[in-house]
Amino acid sequence: MSNGTTVSQPGITPAGLSWGESWGEWFDRHSRTFFIAPAVTLVLLFAIFPTFYTIVFAISHVRFSATGLKFRTVWFENFAAQFTGNEQVHFLGRFTSMSIAGSVFSLVTAGALLWWLYRAVVKGATWIGLAGRLISAAMAMFIALLFAATLLSGNQWGTLLNTLFYVVVGCSIQFVIGLMLAFLCSQPVIGKNFFRVLFFIPLMITPLGVGYAFKMILDVTKGPFKPFWQLVGLGNWAWSTDAWAARWFVILGDSWQWIPFIFIVLLAALENVPKDHVEAAQVDGASGFQIFREITWPQILPVAATVMLIRMIEAFKIVDLPNIMTAGGPGIATESMTLHSVFLWRANDMGDSAAVAYLLLILTVVVCSSFFNYVVLKRLRRARA
Amino acid sequence: MSGATYRISRDDRSFRQRLFEPPAVGKMSLLANLVASAILLFWSLFVLFPIYWVVITAFKNAETVNNGPFFIPFVDFQPTLKGWTAQFATDPYCDAYSVGRQLFLLVYNLFAFILSPIVKIEKMEPQICKVYLAYTNSFVISFGATALCIAVGSMAAYALARISYKPRFGNIVVFVLLALSAIVASNYFEVHWAISSSVALALFYLLARSLGRRFKSTLGNDDILFWIVSQRILPPIVVIIPVYMMFQSVGMIDTHLALIIVYAVANLPIVVWLMHDFFANLPVELEESAQLDGSSRFEIFWDIVLPLTRPGLAATTLLTLILNWNEYLFAIFLTTARAQTMPIMVAAKNTGERGILWWEMCAIIMIMIIPVIIMAVVLQRYIAKGVLLGGVKG
Repeated sequence: MSNGTTVSQPGITPAGLSWGESWGEWFDRHSRTFFIAPAVTLVLLFAIFPTFYTIVFAISHVRFSATGLKFRTVWFENFAAQFTGNEQVHFLGRFTSMSIAGSVFSLVTAGALLWWLYRAVVKGATWIGLAGRLISAAMAMFIALLFAATLLSGNQWGTLLNTLFYVVVGCSIQFVIGLMLAFLCSQPVIGKNFFRVLFFIPLMITPLGVGYAFKMILDVTKGPFKPFWQLVGLGNWAWSTDAWAARWFVILGDSWQWIPFIFIVLLAALENVPKDHVEAAQVDGASGFQIFREITWPQILPVAATVMLIRMIEAFKIVDLPNIMTAGGPGIATESMTLHSVFLWRANDMGDSAAVAYLLLILTVVVCSSFFNYVVLKRLRRARA
Repeated sequence: MSGATYRISRDDRSFRQRLFEPPAVGKMSLLANLVASAILLFWSLFVLFPIYWVVITAFKNAETVNNGPFFIPFVDFQPTLKGWTAQFATDPYCDAYSVGRQLFLLVYNLFAFILSPIVKIEKMEPQICKVYLAYTNSFVISFGATALCIAVGSMAAYALARISYKPRFGNIVVFVLLALSAIVASNYFEVHWAISSSVALALFYLLARSLGRRFKSTLGNDDILFWIVSQRILPPIVVIIPVYMMFQSVGMIDTHLALIIVYAVANLPIVVWLMHDFFANLPVELEESAQLDGSSRFEIFWDIVLPLTRPGLAATTLLTLILNWNEYLFAIFLTTARAQTMPIMVAAKNTGERGILWWEMCAIIMIMIIPVIIMAVVLQRYIAKGVLLGGVKG
């Protein structure tokens, strides 16, 4: 402050501060604010504020009028419509009575979850930890029941399980193949650097282009595998009308794109594993598999858990591939929740669209934070201990 | 074996041994090497084939696409440029003049936008064929968004790595409550959004100044970092409807600026996360000595810190550029014609009366992905050096 008063009398100030310099000093004094304020403002304005605002849409029936949008508050009607109302078939799937396999599966899952909670209580978890486990367990039980009531009872499932299918099955496949390729590339093979560059490229190609490329390649009548399809007697097979084929082909395209991500990160982790540990084990006569399980795997586990978390977060947002390859079809068989929300928005049904988007947010947050808390953090702690 | 004593040890081994046992510690046996190479080669084929198929299909025509698969140009089929000329020849505005006009239009419209609160300037309408329009749009938007994102994100990351912040928990609660009440006021009580939000901001300023000192519990830098990075979990579909409404209320739908801002925010978490790691790993001593010499924080940041993290900065910039180039979901919502990006234009080609014209589609996909592939190859050099992988290990 003392500087401010002296600057107002030019010529007297010993340091000779001009107006510009004093302004610069003021700027510098508040630099703590100026450094972080733009980022915080942008995130508040374009991420936090819209997230809150979406609630308004999700609890209203929105209709267009001459003066703009008209909101009629219906509270949880939009959410209820997804679970029990007319959107149920789209979001959750079709239900009939539960089959025996479904009942057994639900009972086993319930037992496993109860055992997991019981162990947490016995080990003396904190109240917050316990509440978190209860939420995770409730979500897991709901998904298990849904799975049992739809697929295991021979019914079609909805966009919720589609999204989870892409996340769980897609990410698992990608992880296994990515790990295998990274392991091979970390060995002294010929042309290692060439493979590195090549395997990285699909990750960066526009997902939309990947969708079209796979749609074209998988075309039974014009695509490159036409002779193969004819050989196996599927010359006229329209896979886009077969729900499971379409789902697996979407996963194929997604894997082509995302295996490089897992590959590149795990390769870096594998190369950080100290060579002398591995070589000492080799001298002791350990087999390749033993070395991997006992030495390499524990060392890359923290990175592997983190990379899976990032991959899962991105997988929940999947929209381009199903939109391009199948447009969500046949029916809703390949529709992810994001695509579901986009379609509802196109139909000017903003309330339901926002409700589905919010359910996706809840699903993503619960699944990802469960994964983070029970898998990633545990591994990190174990690695540090 | 008895006569083999004079031989070198390598030939000492039987064929079986040579096949299954590694020649030395840290090497692979012959069989293992063969199997590994075979798998990697097979995977290379799997990776390359879709790209190869797109490339050759771009040089086919209706006949060679529809009459069954042809694999090798000049042997199986005669390549044509039909798919390529179709992009440019049919449209009257596909010449250098139109591109020049479009570039001028971008600058002109930017000025018109900046001056629009003061003087009313008619904006120019684009008069250019779709490919060039989408291409220039994609360039402007992805470069603009990357510049904004890197500038804002690296400053925040540096601040979080070096300056300690202590936001009061109570202030955050107050902010959230005021934001919610602003939403309620503008939505249910017909208050204009500009009034309600400025009243809420003013109230927040006053309350934070007066009440703020009483709140004791504070958060730390790690909390802010986690908060920013965790925004990546947020699915874009959750924010897109309100963002659309916000831009609509200020007349910014289908403008470059809207997409630039939204893309920048979407990629901010990645930039902050990666850059924070680079900054935190720099030695503090350099900055401290510069501070003793009287440099301001901005000078330190610009002259010392940023040059030191140049590889990391370059790699992050490339990654952000690629992500912005590929973005699809926001662009569907926020563009209609003038600010269409490449992915939107390509997706619009999907609807044809005669089905998809694959040769044209592949040509346009190639036009779309060539810059990305070049950038990916450059980015790969940084990744091979381990530049971007620090964050994952944490």
